[in-house]
Amino acid sequence: MKKLIFIVVALYFGLTLTAFGIPSRPNPPTLVTDLADVFSANEEEYLERKLVDFFASTSNQIAVVTVSDLEGYDISDMAFRIGADWGIGSEKFDNGILILLKPKTADSNGQAFIAVGYGLEGVVPDITAKQIVENEMIPRFKEGNMFAGIDNAANVLIELAKGEYNYQQYAKKSEGNPLVFFILIGLFIVLPILFGRRRSGFTVGSRNSSLPFWITMGLLNGLGNRSSGSFSDFSRGSGSFGGGGSSFGGFGGFGGGGFGGGGAGGSW
Amino acid sequence: MKKGLISLLVIVLLVVIVGGSMIGSYNKIVKMEEEVSAAWSQVENVYQRRADLIPNLVNTVKGYASHERETLEAVINARAKATQTTIDPTKLDAASLQQFQANQSELSSALGRLMVVMEQYPDLKANQNFRDLQVQLEGTENRITVERRAFNDTAKMFNSYIRQFPKNIIAAIFNFEKKAYFEAELGAEKAPEVNFE
Repeated sequence: MKKLIFIVVALYFGLTLTAFGIPSRPNPPTLVTDLADVFSANEEEYLERKLVDFFASTSNQIAVVTVSDLEGYDISDMAFRIGADWGIGSEKFDNGILILLKPKTADSNGQAFIAVGYGLEGVVPDITAKQIVENEMIPRFKEGNMFAGIDNAANVLIELAKGEYNYQQYAKKSEGNPLVFFILIGLFIVLPILFGRRRSGFTVGSRNSSLPFWITMGLLNGLGNRSSGSFSDFSRGSGSFGGGGSSFGGFGGFGGGGFGGGGAGGSW
Repeated sequence: MKKGLISLLVIVLLVVIVGGSMIGSYNKIVKMEEEVSAAWSQVENVYQRRADLIPNLVNTVKGYASHERETLEAVINARAKATQTTIDPTKLDAASLQQFQANQSELSSALGRLMVVMEQYPDLKANQNFRDLQVQLEGTENRITVERRAFNDTAKMFNSYIRQFPKNIIAAIFNFEKKAYFEAELGAEKAPEVNFE
């Protein structure tokens, strides 16, 4: 029965499995590919729209894939293969992220992995990916709320990835405004160092106190956005995608981004 | 007279065509060999990245488990040996690659043994610095897997290109040699098995 549902779902998305057990690229392309069928239709639509909007405004691609079977692969290995096969992220910036989820079943552990494309490794280092998996995803997964775990993780990744892109865009677009440059340096180098230090002092036992770190990062990113007008102009310029919310398909397809093995995962 | 001119023209045309395609193939081979070299340097990079993590790891572990001297020394020695072996990417033959891989897998298994021993130190496992190092090490192993696969793919393309006729003639004339591959799993490259007996 389960298999039948899976086949129907697979057919619905126009998917075929390759001989190696790596799911093939969805056609038409979607950023959320729920092969294990863990999301309701509404949840899936909500996530897809959020990720498509994010792609439209920054060109970073965050894809979510769920599978019911790892086909003998390590979850990390499967994540990198999917990432490279589908080409998540743009070819130029390699700015793709893949969240891969295999739900817990009666006879196997649940596993999750965040694979980070070459271009975003600087802003989502392995340790950060690990923290997202452990703090945002696994606690929700344990409660059986797959959607909340993925949604939270996607929110944090969006905040982080926004920062990286601002920085690159900024460096290209406005040379000669050292003030903003220094603010950005402060954001990405000094603050993490300060926070990193303080955290290691406080959190010997509890891991929850890293949450303020995200929030601060997010808030400061927001500030950074507002101060560099050139960038927000840029993101508004490509608004044709974000405006239409009536149906999917606003996402033009994967761009051929590369993955070099960045990211981390966990199991429960 | 006329016949001679025609045959001369045919010969010139043949030389131009054959020579042109030879130059084209030669340039393509050079370009592909460069790609193999680039893939190889990525492989060495990620192995170097792993080697760079080790001093930090050893120091952290020492603070908690100084009497595990033997295991620690095995890691340090294996690291020294592994970092000494580098390969000139134009001479990627089977023997040197095998040597490289053997040294690296020795380091892998020494690290594996260290990680097994560390399981007995709950204080160390709770140490944030150690946990971060563990994550970094895992990430590095993932990168090694990815870059090795990328290297094998690039080398495979190069090898099958230079073995096709007539490029094999050009490859033979200019001494382009087949590149070696990483072997799938040498025994030691696998994660160590833990026996609870």
